[in-house]
Amino acid sequence: MSITVLRPGLLTSIQDLGRYGYQKYGVIVSGGMDSYALRLANLLVGNEEGEALLEMTLMGPWLLVEKDILIAITGGDLSPTINGESIPMWRPVYIKGGSILQFGACMSGCRSYLAVAGGYEIPEVMGSKSTYLRAGIGGFQGRALVQGDSIELRAPQEISFRLVESLKKRLLSHSFISTSWHIKKPLMTRNSKQSTVRVTTGSQFEYFTPESKKQLFQCPFRVTTQSDRMGYRLSGPVLQLEEPLEMVSEAVALGTIQVPPDGNPILLLADRQTVGGYPKIAQAATVDVSIVAQIKPGGLILFQEISLAEAEQLYVARETEIENLGIAIQLKMS
Amino acid sequence: MSQISTDLESNMEMVPLGESAILIKFGKGIHPEIHRKVTIFTAHLDRYPVPGMIEYIAAFSSVTIFYDPIQVKKSQADAVLAKDQLSYQILSSIVTEIIVKLGTGVDHIPRVVEIPVCYGGEFGPDLEYVAQYNKRTIDEVIEIHASGQYLVYMIGFAPGFPYVGGMSEKISTPRRKSPRMSIAAGSVGIAGMQTGVYPIATPGGWQLIGRTPVQLFRPNDNPPTLLQSGDMIRFCPISHKEYEEYKGERQ
Repeated sequence: MSITVLRPGLLTSIQDLGRYGYQKYGVIVSGGMDSYALRLANLLVGNEEGEALLEMTLMGPWLLVEKDILIAITGGDLSPTINGESIPMWRPVYIKGGSILQFGACMSGCRSYLAVAGGYEIPEVMGSKSTYLRAGIGGFQGRALVQGDSIELRAPQEISFRLVESLKKRLLSHSFISTSWHIKKPLMTRNSKQSTVRVTTGSQFEYFTPESKKQLFQCPFRVTTQSDRMGYRLSGPVLQLEEPLEMVSEAVALGTIQVPPDGNPILLLADRQTVGGYPKIAQAATVDVSIVAQIKPGGLILFQEISLAEAEQLYVARETEIENLGIAIQLKMS
Repeated sequence: MSQISTDLESNMEMVPLGESAILIKFGKGIHPEIHRKVTIFTAHLDRYPVPGMIEYIAAFSSVTIFYDPIQVKKSQADAVLAKDQLSYQILSSIVTEIIVKLGTGVDHIPRVVEIPVCYGGEFGPDLEYVAQYNKRTIDEVIEIHASGQYLVYMIGFAPGFPYVGGMSEKISTPRRKSPRMSIAAGSVGIAGMQTGVYPIATPGGWQLIGRTPVQLFRPNDNPPTLLQSGDMIRFCPISHKEYEEYKGERQ
């Protein structure tokens, strides 16, 4: 049982929740850029929430599905279709074997996630299946997918059996069938609309000029085309230090906003390096990194200041939300 | 530089790095005495991870602990008290307690890792430039580079890439004006007062003086890198023939 890549899309790679425990060796975390969408796609097909799946970017792939399978697509809308018919997202979908799953243009968001019941057959490297593109390890042969790749799939989890049985009965001559129930899709930006991203101030915030500190929260920043899985380079008002700062490299985190000498901030994402030597002006709340991951180059970000207590509350609330959604999905499946 | 107190507690500062990481600074700048505190603290974390800890990163003068705020709060015996406290506050008290208890700490005996290097030739295209720049012979440059003891302050930039201190200023050379598009794995280079080894092929502007047949990044081993923060490095000159033999043995 496998999925074959007919067209690879712009950047399609295997990702899970990331490679933890090895940053002290200089090994980056990697993992899905939008972890919220990744976790829900997995839960919708009865997988563990951190199972590896396909992350697709801006222009999606064309995939040939060998046999009948249960899938779920979440994240940005890359117009998934089979035989020209749109496939609904944020819900389980049962697909007939031999179908070609086509992703096309990006309608909203930036990254889409495709989970299959049981997961993809991918070996773990350093405790994770995520692709570490630069080091050429993990994922599918350590690289993004290319035409002709064929990825084996694992047997589905028992929890999905009953749902599969009921969908199978309704499949008839259709090429796919989905449940009537679905998860509420999070708000996602279209094109260059502005997104608000909540941040706490960074450890060098105080060293910036009063003007720069004000502009950080008052002016929108544009995501430039020099943005990738490592980080987003932003353009807007040039952020300046009151005086040059002597810094030695220290750890950076997911969502760290650092400012190199040119004054254009960089928001660090999944493939960030482990350490950095630029001043940190702010830190995106972990929950809002999923929002950032869905902003395309050209999109605008407005930063909103929150306290550390609020960032922690958001984190705890998000975990509770996913736990509850997981329980609700299990109930629907049984 | 003025005397640095050996007490882990002195000059120690903590700041949050978002809601799920805490950065602990043991001083400012790059200095073996400050790094000694980093190593003592991480050795403690290796044996006794703090509650909710996912992992840590050791750097020149700081240690950052990444944690799950929910697990940190759950770890507190007094749930009512924990409810009103941020996970950051809980962890900073725990860290302070550990650091006070560690006092001046017990000196860590560094591992000395020998790295064989084939200097010059096709592996060290910039060796001659480094010699010219410092008005020395090629043999002198090799002799100076190979006689040093280097402290690994930090691993970063690439998997297993060591940031080391201790290179003699007699062979210090600025970076190349135009960086190379790709530098082979194992390349040994000099950039200013720094020296280092590239674990994976990457673009870079370092002056290349040689290459090691040793693999610095070993994704299938645990730990996955030859070097760790706190190690000492010695470079041992080998011939081209020995380099090839070493490579051959590993196949």
